[in-house]
Amino acid sequence: MSEDRIKKFEARRQQLKNMNDEQLKARFWELCNQIVEPMVDYGRKYTSQSIERSVLLRMGIDSVTSQGVVSRINEAGLLGKGAGHVVLKVSQKHKVDLRAAAKRINEDKTALEGLF
Amino acid sequence: MKSLDIKKKIDIEEILNNLENYHPRRKGWTWRENVDGGYKVEKFHFKDMTKPLKNSVPLPAAKYFNNIDPQPQPVITTEIASGRFEDDIRRMRMAAWHGADHIMVIRTTGQSHIDGLLEGTPEGVGGVPITRKQIRASRKACDLIEDEVGRKINFHSYVSGVAGPEVAVLFAEEGINGAHQDPQYNVLYRNVNMYRSFTDAASAKKVMADAGIFQIDGAHNANATAKEGWSVMPELLVQHGINCAFSAAIGMPKSQIGLSTVPPCAPPAPKVWYDLPYAVALRDIFSEYKFRAQQNTRYIESDIEEATRTHVIDTMISALTSADIQSTITPDEGRNVPWHYNNIRGIETAKQTLVALDGFKQLVKIDRSGPLGEMVRDIKERAICFLEEMVESGGYFAAVEKGFFVDSAKYPDRNGDGIARDGKGGVGAGSIVERDADYMAPVCSVFGYNKLPAGLKKPCDPIEGCTLCKPEKIAYIDEIDQTDNCNLRLAKTVEYRKGKMIKPEAEWAGDGTVLIQLFVPEELEVARVAAQEIAKKMGLLDPEVINAQVMHPSEGTFVEVKGKVDFAIDRTTLKIPPKEVLLSEDEIREGIKKIGLKVVAGTVGEDEHSVGLREILDIKHGGIEKYGVKYHYLGTSVPVSKMVDAAIETGADAILISTIISHNDVHRKNMRKLDELCREKGIRDKVMVMCGGTQVTREIAQECGMDDGFGRGTKGIQVVNSMVKILKGKKRI
Repeated sequence: MSEDRIKKFEARRQQLKNMNDEQLKARFWELCNQIVEPMVDYGRKYTSQSIERSVLLRMGIDSVTSQGVVSRINEAGLLGKGAGHVVLKVSQKHKVDLRAAAKRINEDKTALEGLF
Repeated sequence: MKSLDIKKKIDIEEILNNLENYHPRRKGWTWRENVDGGYKVEKFHFKDMTKPLKNSVPLPAAKYFNNIDPQPQPVITTEIASGRFEDDIRRMRMAAWHGADHIMVIRTTGQSHIDGLLEGTPEGVGGVPITRKQIRASRKACDLIEDEVGRKINFHSYVSGVAGPEVAVLFAEEGINGAHQDPQYNVLYRNVNMYRSFTDAASAKKVMADAGIFQIDGAHNANATAKEGWSVMPELLVQHGINCAFSAAIGMPKSQIGLSTVPPCAPPAPKVWYDLPYAVALRDIFSEYKFRAQQNTRYIESDIEEATRTHVIDTMISALTSADIQSTITPDEGRNVPWHYNNIRGIETAKQTLVALDGFKQLVKIDRSGPLGEMVRDIKERAICFLEEMVESGGYFAAVEKGFFVDSAKYPDRNGDGIARDGKGGVGAGSIVERDADYMAPVCSVFGYNKLPAGLKKPCDPIEGCTLCKPEKIAYIDEIDQTDNCNLRLAKTVEYRKGKMIKPEAEWAGDGTVLIQLFVPEELEVARVAAQEIAKKMGLLDPEVINAQVMHPSEGTFVEVKGKVDFAIDRTTLKIPPKEVLLSEDEIREGIKKIGLKVVAGTVGEDEHSVGLREILDIKHGGIEKYGVKYHYLGTSVPVSKMVDAAIETGADAILISTIISHNDVHRKNMRKLDELCREKGIRDKVMVMCGGTQVTREIAQECGMDDGFGRGTKGIQVVNSMVKILKGKKRI
């Protein structure tokens, strides 16, 4: 395995021999851009509790409240809707401001029912 | 809040006052300001120096250069994080005065594994718990400090761990100017699940990009971790490349992305043969990105001077290649949590080296035609092959699982000691969730899929503005833990900060820490124990040997011991010698003219030093001659009796002797002898006698019968000032 790897390395290196500095640089970046594509895709398509808490912070909800709210939203299987989305819906449904809506999610177990 | 008064300590309580209503006055990073056509000051025309500071402490030798304090091109970083931000703020002010404009706060141990934000001001270990209150207070202090020194200060911390996106928002809201962000760091060194790490990083980077927060990566940790830091160079290029490409793909401008790079080797290895080709290879490949050059920590031992010498070479490599930011390592990092004055030492190492190397690249060119060119190419080729093997193995995630990274061998060799991580394992494994088709985040700076209602001007319109657009919406939490906060800590130190008590400190107000240095004429092991015992007898509490260096296996050892004192000094009991107020030049000239002041001068004893005295005498150096004094110079190694005879012969009003050698107290003996001889000859009432020398002070001289005495750095005006004052006192003028 190891010897095979070294052989492959030598072969790869041979391919680079005729490249000048600019070409080496271009090849380096071509490979890097190719490698990060799937990671960027994860960033686009997925979310996490931390990302959702960061959304609630931007909505003016404090960190301690956000912790509970996102945790409840996650348990209710609604993280994929976006925690900010959920809080906004609760606020619209009960005609309360965002902070009051967040508080309600933490205190009222039924707050997340029938939103979507 | 009132601006700072140079003569007063910064008022921490005042900074904390009304903090809930403070918002940063700007966001984003600031570079130093160039001076068009170079910076001209005194006799020098600097090529690379930037706009000078309004207030600063210049390098020690500046007094020979009219106190100029040139400021090099790169932003200079210092890391300040003692665990108590309230004490760090004072250190930040000292650092800014010495030339730091990038202040980095390391987080408390374990914060990267805390799933959420911390609040309040709990005490940290090995760093500061990063909370809204702590960074807001620090940023507010930096505003005051930057106004005092006249240059913008960049405040910096870390966006890593499992709460990255929240920390990024916190930093954007609070006007933090720079941050480390590198998902690879989480994966490799913090064992955060790799999918979670990159998903979070994408969101965090988008927030940072929009807030203008300058980003630094974490690649340098590979050469701080690998046994042979200089062997992992190809991998370092790969790690830098991944974070740069990933950040750029998220939308971060390349000018906002910095590589954290360290010259990986250290003496006694032939350092530049490894570090210079590496530095050149990096700058070739990453020419569109910024460079944060860090100094080496991997091989620092407890000897401060050793660390400093290596750091000078590191900084020289920056000057020879390029650095947008020159980071500094406190030279005591190898032996304790950095102390106040060691931050300053680190900053001065960078400043002194970079000032000395001003315009270096106009004088010296890197020669690529020789071995360096081959070595540079070798590193690049290996890095590309590394990337190709990653692609062949299934990409980044697969490569991490297979232990591609931080293997201490030089690629393609493997020692099998790389860090492998399981894609299904680590902190936060299985915690990412796919966004639904109706996923929505009604705020600004969101990365990725976001199904907002049609027709919005801004993403935050549905909530009538997010905190990034309306800072008044930020939810501020003051304290959570009533038993662990800065108010309690500040109450304990108020007498040292604002009262009359004085206690030495290394990190925290009132910590009482002192360092003693001693040579013990014994072998290492005996010397260590003896030194500790000596410190105990000196009254130090908790003495601990923090450095010991063999001078010879049996002749002796240099030892440094730290300890604490348990007393404080009452400022009101101190007798501070009053500062001499000089007469005006006109007043001095007039007095001298009245009696036609004459002096005899010379270096006495077996002493051939002449420079100091000549500078006191000669008009060329602003000496006493300039003010109208006639002098008769007798030279060096003059017997004291000859000085007295000459004074009688010439009718001199004063005898000025110089005595540099102080071995066996010969300087005191010469002074006493001069006084006695003058008395014997009956001229002491008519003739003033004064002495100068490096070991002379006014107190010592007067104790030995002199009218006055002068130490190192004395100028002619101080001597004539003293003579005229004495003559006035005797009513002779």
